[in-house]
Amino acid sequence: MADFETPKIREYPVVPIIKEGAMEGTSPFVSRPEFDNKLGYPGELPEDWKDKALAKMGDLLSRYRSLQVFMDSCIKCGACTDKCHYFIGTQDPKNMPVGRQDLLRKVYRRYFTFAGKYFPKLVGAVDLTEEVLDDWFSYYHQCSECRRCTVFCPMGIDTAEVTMAAREILAHVGKASKYSNEILTKVDRIGNNLGLPGPALKGILEDLEEEIEEDTGVAVKFNMDAEGCDALLMTPSADFFAEPHIDGLIGYGKVLHEAGITWTVSSKASEAANFGLFIGSYENMQKVSMRIREAAIDLKVKRIIFGECGHAWRVAYSFLNTLAGPFDFLDQNYPIPQHILEVTHGMLERNELRMNKEENDHMTLTFHDSCNIARASRMGDQPGGQFEIPRAVIKAACNNYVDMDPSTTHEVTFCCGGGGGTLTDDLMEVRVKGALPRMEALRQVTDENGVTNVAAICAICKSQFTKMLPYYGFEMDAIVSVHQLVSSAIVMKGSEQEQELDGAGDEDNSAPETDTD
Amino acid sequence: MATISVEGKDIEVDEEGYLVTLADWVPEVAKVMSEIDEIELTDEHWDILNFLREYYEEYQIAPAVRVLTKAVAKKLGKDKGNSKYLYQLFPYGPGKQACKFAGLPKPTGCV
Repeated sequence: MADFETPKIREYPVVPIIKEGAMEGTSPFVSRPEFDNKLGYPGELPEDWKDKALAKMGDLLSRYRSLQVFMDSCIKCGACTDKCHYFIGTQDPKNMPVGRQDLLRKVYRRYFTFAGKYFPKLVGAVDLTEEVLDDWFSYYHQCSECRRCTVFCPMGIDTAEVTMAAREILAHVGKASKYSNEILTKVDRIGNNLGLPGPALKGILEDLEEEIEEDTGVAVKFNMDAEGCDALLMTPSADFFAEPHIDGLIGYGKVLHEAGITWTVSSKASEAANFGLFIGSYENMQKVSMRIREAAIDLKVKRIIFGECGHAWRVAYSFLNTLAGPFDFLDQNYPIPQHILEVTHGMLERNELRMNKEENDHMTLTFHDSCNIARASRMGDQPGGQFEIPRAVIKAACNNYVDMDPSTTHEVTFCCGGGGGTLTDDLMEVRVKGALPRMEALRQVTDENGVTNVAAICAICKSQFTKMLPYYGFEMDAIVSVHQLVSSAIVMKGSEQEQELDGAGDEDNSAPETDTD
Repeated sequence: MATISVEGKDIEVDEEGYLVTLADWVPEVAKVMSEIDEIELTDEHWDILNFLREYYEEYQIAPAVRVLTKAVAKKLGKDKGNSKYLYQLFPYGPGKQACKFAGLPKPTGCV
């Protein structure tokens, strides 16, 4: 891995000076035939690669009218140029959203437009060569499909869709990213991105049951493959494995216990994430989604609840019904699917959860809006629920909360720098540089407001922060799960925490006078 | 494919230095890999590597961070049962670097 310099936190976020070719050739590892073949890709550059690539481009243009529109409608206004975290961090003009899109667009013009076919030079059209393919492979893996630029585009061009199309074309000529494709084969073979087999998962869940009972005195069930529960929990497998993800999982368990909702995970579909989205493959995205449907039917559940995972919630909220519906076998009185935050928030609204915020008094929190949740989904039944519900839940769990600069939150949130299939060590330079804008905003609230921790609701964000924070002078465990905060604050019925609070309340009727200075 | 030289034998590793064939592992593999990463293996490191291998043999996956920290706490005391201790031993991350030395495949996904 090449050495690189971590960008310096700037005092003011100004448009960076351009460095041509700064990230040229920076690419992920190329996938192997053993993975690609299982996903319907050749795994190596075929002899007639050019015909195959153009045929795929034509196929995608005919299947997705949006892609055709995005190829035709850019007016080069420049609004997107400084909106991408990867451009800000790398200063490479091909990481300006328009610059990156144009890598595909100029080939589109050459082969699919009248002007480009006959007067290529006049319209900036170029031939498809292996060099162009290499540029695609490099720069379309320096995009996290976060869609921040799209918010600023007056034509509404969805850059993520352009990236997805480019990756899908690349995969059809044997140039896919190893990270995403290896993971997709694991989902198919073992049930989740990690490759966590059923017995190991079962062991982890039993450990968590034990741990919660030790800590609280309450027996909270973490079922696996249990038939006839109320709900199937779909959560990223990182929640079973990594920190601080697993602390969030403990929080879901406690909330669902208090709600009286019985739930199970499925060992066959033990993964909410859907990397089919990242690689732009409808077929693979559908295949991954069908597991959820099958698990829900097999386990005879009435509801599907999703844990904290950004793009999983995008796929679930926006596409699941199309991909794997109809879900007419589920209880129609609940949202299909439902987010765990909606469950928790609903209970808080109805005063059904007792919270002791003081448990989190050692922290001052801020919230990182995850891109796919912020810009590609919603929560609850109000516009903006995806912003308000997580914040309301955090504020119900802690006393100290500060938002980051509004130009970096809500619908204009900056990506963590590791989304969209870039969360791999071979793209570490891209990840570190792309994290810059988010780290700058975090630095500001740290210095000005005493923020100690940042909460997130996406497994990728949490892992990316864990790695990035030390590069920028923060502690790696400054990142927490939102349901980790809930888990610390929640006072379950019949728990030791409840006894302590209520017991102390009785004894403390005549509280001693305290010095108010 | 790249190789590392262990006891005079060339052993295949992938782009990131993980063993291609897990059965190739011998304790000397960990030594050679740690030298490449400029880490001197102590008994504390070996405690972790041995636990990883035992767990893998049973479950065919590396242990979750929590499982590992708990096992360390049980064996070496509570002050060492945390990720910070593990990161001190394996600066590149217990999940990834320690797994590599122990001859386990790299954990993939959103971790």
